[in-house]
Amino acid sequence: MMKNGVNSRLVKDKIFLSIVIFFSFLSILPLLFILFYIVKNGFGVLSLDFITQLPKPVGETGGGISNAIIGTFILIGIASILSMPLGIGIGIYLAENKSGKLPYIVRLCAEVLQGIPSIVIGIIAWIWIVVQIGSFSALSGGIALGMLMLPIIVRSTEETLKLIPTSLKEASLALGVPYYRTILKVVLPTGISGIVTGILLSISRVAGETAPLLFTAFGSPYMNTNIMKPVNSLPALIFNYATSPYEDWLSAAWGASLVLVLLVLILNFIAKVVTKKWKVQF
Amino acid sequence: MGIKKLLVMVGVFFSLASFGYGATNELLGAGATFPYPLYSKMFDIYSSSKGIKVNYQSIGSGGGIRQLKNKTVDFGGSDAFLSDAELKDMPGKVLHVPTCLGGVALTYELPGKPELKFTPVIIEGIFLGKINKWNDPLIQKVNPGIKLPNIAIAVVHRSDGSGTTAIFTDYLGKVSSAWKTKVGVGKSVNWPIGLGGKGNAGVAGLIRQVPGSIGYVEYSYAFQNKLPIGKVQNSSGSFIAPSIESVSVAADTKMPDDTRISITNTAAKNGYPIAGFTWILVYAEQNYEGRSAAKAQETSKLLWWMIHEGQQYTKPLDYSPLSKSALLKAENVLKTMTYNGKKLL
Amino acid sequence: MGFRCHNRQIAYNYDTKENDMANGQLLEGKSIMEKAKVNKNITGNPDGVFRGILYIAAIFMVVLLLAIFVTLLVQSMPSIRKLGLSFFYNQIWDPVSGEFGALPFFVGTLLTSFLALLISVPFSLSISIFLGEYYKEGFVSGLLRSAIELLAGIPSVIYGFWGLFVLVPVVRALEIKLGVLPYGVGIFTAALILAIMIVPYSSALAREVINLVPTDLKEAALSLGATKFEVIRYVVIPYARSGILAGLLLSLGRALGETMAVTMVIGNANYLPTSIFASANTMASAIANEFAEAADNLYLASLVEMALLLFIVTMIINIIGKYIIKKFSVEV
Repeated sequence: MMKNGVNSRLVKDKIFLSIVIFFSFLSILPLLFILFYIVKNGFGVLSLDFITQLPKPVGETGGGISNAIIGTFILIGIASILSMPLGIGIGIYLAENKSGKLPYIVRLCAEVLQGIPSIVIGIIAWIWIVVQIGSFSALSGGIALGMLMLPIIVRSTEETLKLIPTSLKEASLALGVPYYRTILKVVLPTGISGIVTGILLSISRVAGETAPLLFTAFGSPYMNTNIMKPVNSLPALIFNYATSPYEDWLSAAWGASLVLVLLVLILNFIAKVVTKKWKVQF
Repeated sequence: MGIKKLLVMVGVFFSLASFGYGATNELLGAGATFPYPLYSKMFDIYSSSKGIKVNYQSIGSGGGIRQLKNKTVDFGGSDAFLSDAELKDMPGKVLHVPTCLGGVALTYELPGKPELKFTPVIIEGIFLGKINKWNDPLIQKVNPGIKLPNIAIAVVHRSDGSGTTAIFTDYLGKVSSAWKTKVGVGKSVNWPIGLGGKGNAGVAGLIRQVPGSIGYVEYSYAFQNKLPIGKVQNSSGSFIAPSIESVSVAADTKMPDDTRISITNTAAKNGYPIAGFTWILVYAEQNYEGRSAAKAQETSKLLWWMIHEGQQYTKPLDYSPLSKSALLKAENVLKTMTYNGKKLL
Repeated sequence: MGFRCHNRQIAYNYDTKENDMANGQLLEGKSIMEKAKVNKNITGNPDGVFRGILYIAAIFMVVLLLAIFVTLLVQSMPSIRKLGLSFFYNQIWDPVSGEFGALPFFVGTLLTSFLALLISVPFSLSISIFLGEYYKEGFVSGLLRSAIELLAGIPSVIYGFWGLFVLVPVVRALEIKLGVLPYGVGIFTAALILAIMIVPYSSALAREVINLVPTDLKEAALSLGATKFEVIRYVVIPYARSGILAGLLLSLGRALGETMAVTMVIGNANYLPTSIFASANTMASAIANEFAEAADNLYLASLVEMALLLFIVTMIINIIGKYIIKKFSVEV
């Protein structure tokens, strides 16, 4: 009798394990499918022309996505320049002031900001910048993306700095190094791996954001490096082409998706490498 | 010192990136997706021949009107002309410059891609949801030689504010009083059923994919993507397919001086009943929000080019060029564009 | 503003003699705090400036969030005032006649998000149990973890694109079998895509929480002869229950705001959905579709009001979710 009871329990145990394994690996299936389709449909489209040429008018073959690639880089550049110093500064503040009313509120605000849907941020950027300047611009798109990057950088900076033992800071202060130099020249460089990882991850997050760019960066068929003018971007191009009926545009969209996914992959990979190589062990 | 270097790099980035700020060799327009294939070709040629880059974003006629109202674009594109009330609502006098004609095609996805005939009753029935199978007797009766499959009809319409919708619903409003009361006429209406696609491109994209679907798109979208196009019965009883000629015939009526006219439900024997003009909208007085005289000059020059030299690109892309009388009216409208009261052209 | 002493018995030689002299007073003999106060009064006090900058940066974060909230509120005022509560229960969204009832979008949002959550639960729980209980380290675990991270990194618009061309035909085939109108796009498809997108997020949260379950509890159960399954079912899950629910709540917040993937596969219909295979719209996708053309003030204000609601709802969900997880971590 006892043996049967134990057997059924053991069987249940094995069944459970198989269910868990089944569902876990089933959930990777979409990833495999997505990567498979992107590589299958996008690889054939990739060529030097594709990356260096401008899009052609509708219905004409050839052309490329060069302005979208440059546009994405410009937008990320603006977003990073705006959010990095600010984010690192706030992260330092939070790491240095672990308790207290203001740090608590700031942490709360960072969490809320992280959870805001990106389309709401797009609306905010539209109201604050596009309407005020009177035109669509890469700057407004960059600002929207910067707002999305900010909480991620704040959080990773804070987490990284919290892990650094205070004895390092105290040793520096004890040697007479002023506080600001201690932070900037001793603490921050020690935590550089975590901070850079946070920046890279936040960039990879916003590189693919489309919604906030819909009514800020707007789009353009030309190459544009002027930040006060509309600019094309990889996600915007993918969105426009994917919902169209033109075969050329659809293949271009797959190619652009491949480029975007590669960009995200490379950023994530570099982040991993940075974490491993630059991490200061205590 | 690393910070100093960083700041220098940032400064260089921003100054490089702002290079050319305020350049007058760029124009920004937005609006109708209806003429987008034509405009993208026109502006590509204009850019390589005149050096002026025209950035046109096809966000729908509703979007074009809105952005013009916000003064975030140099010109708007719309296939729905502004009503008197809407004109009053704009912050300045707005001019309508017709650029070409197009037909709104009924296109669908059926096995074998048959060319079907549609009567106004059928169209109204489909889009109201009353006729929901392809082998409905009403449709079969008008298409005797074709075996219609017993599949459900999936209606596709626009999800954004669309001049193409305005033309289509304008036609339906004229031929069906039920439509006029139940659904209405305009850029965005209260569709009883159906899927929404963004832009003419989105609708065409959906139709290509959904078997049994039917929708309305500007003719070239259907033609360029080899979608079947239906023949529509006009008010004189003939079943006409949209084409450059049938659309031009439909436009052969007297145009008012401000060029705002609807040409749907034409009585002409060979005219396609669901056709319309598409316009570029600009402010009559171009000195607003610190616009430079040079920019105003470029805008007027572009529009003048579009209704003259640009017309040669209409036919190859399956749009109908402006008729002689429409061209004359368009020229007169453009000649009223001013900067600080002084005429530009 | 002084500085924190880690150990009060150690005095930091914070200022130099030059500073004391330059200040015109001899500060030797005075306490550290007084010296620091004096230093603060000197112009060109780099530490004070630095702390000031950090302080301003911190305040900026708060100001930014408040500014976002106020902006959304102010811009939606015309619609709040004119439509009032009818915004919430009116199911007609008709920009032409000026009637803005957002009920179809609320229903669309809730249906897609909750359905997505439901679909994702077995997957994210399995992954978190797999990684948290069975294979904490090793090649397979690393593989799964990297795969899930990758899944999280794919941009939303690519999910939408892939969904449009790969998932939609599959759903369409399903709909034909079921005898429903074979659009392929609709609430169900959107929920599927959303489920795939939130699995990485909810599984990471669940794994964090499951890791926090004290090992002695688990070992006690094991020593009593429980199988691994029974340990998980009767010890780990009940213990981590609140944390797991919080994780689900946070993924719900994520799903509510998702825009691009949804707008490409949901069918963009502005009426109340009649079944899970119907086309619909969510709040976010409606905004994306119609914002660029909202021509009159009431229209724009209604769209901003929806954005405001999204802001408030996601904010509340995030605060509650994070609070539960924090409480759970502290308790453990």
